[in-house]
Amino acid sequence: MLKIKDLHASVEGKGILKGINLEVGAGEVHAIMGPNGSGKSTLASVIAGNETYEVTAGGIFLDEENIEDLSPEERAHNGVFLSFQYPVEIPGVSVTNFMKTAINESRKAKGLEDMPAKDMLKLIRDKSELLEIDRKFLSRSLNEGFSGGEKKRNEIFQMAMLEPKLAILDETDSGLDIDALRIVANGVNKLKNKDNAIVVITHYQRLLEYIVPDYVHVLYNGKIVKSGTKELALELEEKGYDWIKQEAAV
Amino acid sequence: MAYTEEELKKELETKEYEYGFYTDIESDTFPIGLSEEIVVAISKKKNEPKWMTDWRVEAYRVWEKMEEPDWANVNYEKPDFQAISYYSAPKKADPNKTLDDVDPELLEMYKKLGISIDEQKKLQNVAVDIVVDSVSVATTFQKTLAEKGIIFMPISEAIQKHPDLVRKYLGTVVPTTDNFYAALNSAVFTDGSFCYIPKGVRCPMELSTYFRINQAGTGQFERTLVVADQESYVSYLEGCTAPSRDENQLHAAVVELIAMDDAEIKYSTVQNWFPGNKEGKGGVYNFVTKRALCEKNAKVSWTQVETGSAVTWKYPSCILKGDNSIGEFYSIAVTNNYQQADTGTKMVHLGKNTRSTIISKGISAGKSQNSYRGLVQVSSRAENARNFSQCDSLLMGNECGAHTFPYIEAKNKTAMIEHEATTSKIGEDQIFYCNQRGIDTEKAIALIVNGFSKEVLNKLPMEFAVEAQKLLEISLEGSVG
Repeated sequence: MLKIKDLHASVEGKGILKGINLEVGAGEVHAIMGPNGSGKSTLASVIAGNETYEVTAGGIFLDEENIEDLSPEERAHNGVFLSFQYPVEIPGVSVTNFMKTAINESRKAKGLEDMPAKDMLKLIRDKSELLEIDRKFLSRSLNEGFSGGEKKRNEIFQMAMLEPKLAILDETDSGLDIDALRIVANGVNKLKNKDNAIVVITHYQRLLEYIVPDYVHVLYNGKIVKSGTKELALELEEKGYDWIKQEAAV
Repeated sequence: MAYTEEELKKELETKEYEYGFYTDIESDTFPIGLSEEIVVAISKKKNEPKWMTDWRVEAYRVWEKMEEPDWANVNYEKPDFQAISYYSAPKKADPNKTLDDVDPELLEMYKKLGISIDEQKKLQNVAVDIVVDSVSVATTFQKTLAEKGIIFMPISEAIQKHPDLVRKYLGTVVPTTDNFYAALNSAVFTDGSFCYIPKGVRCPMELSTYFRINQAGTGQFERTLVVADQESYVSYLEGCTAPSRDENQLHAAVVELIAMDDAEIKYSTVQNWFPGNKEGKGGVYNFVTKRALCEKNAKVSWTQVETGSAVTWKYPSCILKGDNSIGEFYSIAVTNNYQQADTGTKMVHLGKNTRSTIISKGISAGKSQNSYRGLVQVSSRAENARNFSQCDSLLMGNECGAHTFPYIEAKNKTAMIEHEATTSKIGEDQIFYCNQRGIDTEKAIALIVNGFSKEVLNKLPMEFAVEAQKLLEISLEGSVG
């Protein structure tokens, strides 16, 4: 489903991604781990089409189609979803209104009419139950005054609403206590099916106890330096990243 | 395309004035220039009683000695008052005609503006008194209103039919000598609306008036007078759009509201006069004096959505004369390209336990300048006066300006005055977040701006809120999509 070939990207002339190769198939869960500053969040932003970053070489393919020229919203319409590490606040815009706009904009792009209010309400009800979200929460301004946990749960709620083909979860576990982590992870697991794919970006193995990856990749200095199965995550947890760095240096 | 400062700038620059069309209607236009003779001629043309003619002449003589104010934070070429024609009326209009008799071109113009004078309005419970240039051409729902004893008609008609009422209240809130533009308006106004709600009556529908400048080179000087007698209630809507013209047009209106004991007036405005093109050429000069007098336990709410005009100078105010009276001001002012707005309110607390609330939302884009100017004044006799003010500014791009000039004068120690202010900018991260959820930049800006303005939009009557939201989008988005 997702194919990344020799991807190079830079910000303000500084190279961050230095030749990423990655293939993610439908129904798979991939974890990307790595020390701080290795380029994990950059990779997520570049896949989502953030133009702060310049793609200098290589390409990103979604269902065999190069998405290089697609705007972030077009990528979203094609099923790319990014759960942000730091979700932004939009004062005065309720979670419900934001989701309604997002869903209808995607429908519009596909030539569909707005979702009927009745269906929208049902969808919101179902998905908020899935993530154990209090309905009152949905009338609050988007991310304004939300706790870290609320923000992350709200991201996954949006993922549930939009039902993306490819979901990238950028450090969704940071700022979550153990209960919130379980709820969020359960939500993600319920959303997982044979047709979609999930890329989990994380520092810690903790989240992977709940969202079990099929593959684990280690990103270091803008490259994937090691790939393996979930056992690799356990090894990293135990030994840290230093041995990876040493291996990469050789 | 993802959003960048540069792209936003480009997008905003390509915005064109959506209502920029011009309808060719034969008009009965006076020669240009202003003199005592012209003032008398206007009065004569309108068959006014002598007291009205005298009142105008007096105003003219005062105006002649006045100087145009220049304390506002706006820069523009002062209009040449001798280059303006002071009377223009659509020739074929006649208030006694039915809709079938109305100039089809005029009806077409209303259609473009989305104004329907037909049954739809009835369903929406809106009575419309439309002013094109200076003469009202269509008035509906007079009957329903008449049954309640409510008077709602063009002010020129009210001068003929209810001279005592008009004479009693005209100029009592905004005297002819009040300021340069008010004096000018008093001398030369040709029409506007008059509304009287009798004692104890709740007006059953929103009263609305659409104003529109049409004839080239003619200014419009509306005069609005709303009198709410004791324990009455009225909600009044005023919406404006103007066609695109090359030269600057002067618009100097006066609105007077009188809320007697226990009465309530809600006055809502959506203003969308031509703002000028993207080089700052053309556009309406909007110099408006709006003021309300609140007697005992009375309440007046001003709500305005200002998106148009090249230069705006406007301070809808409340004189809280009666004890326990309440004044409210809710404002959204949008400026783009080279637009300049200096707007705000005055809350003058004279009575005991008077309260006022000010919520101002300024949105600046392009190279525009947006100023909030407000005065909260508590007199020595106003025990326990309360005020809360909140002024928020939202900036788009790097070349616009937002300014806040709050003046507070408290002469009574029991006064409690609060002022809050914030300034924020639409961030690239906010836009990208919306983009990532499938919302394009244009829609994202609209969403963020609407969220920012929500507290004020919520104060508008439902059908107006929708229109206002649309206007905000038109004013700030590019022609993308």
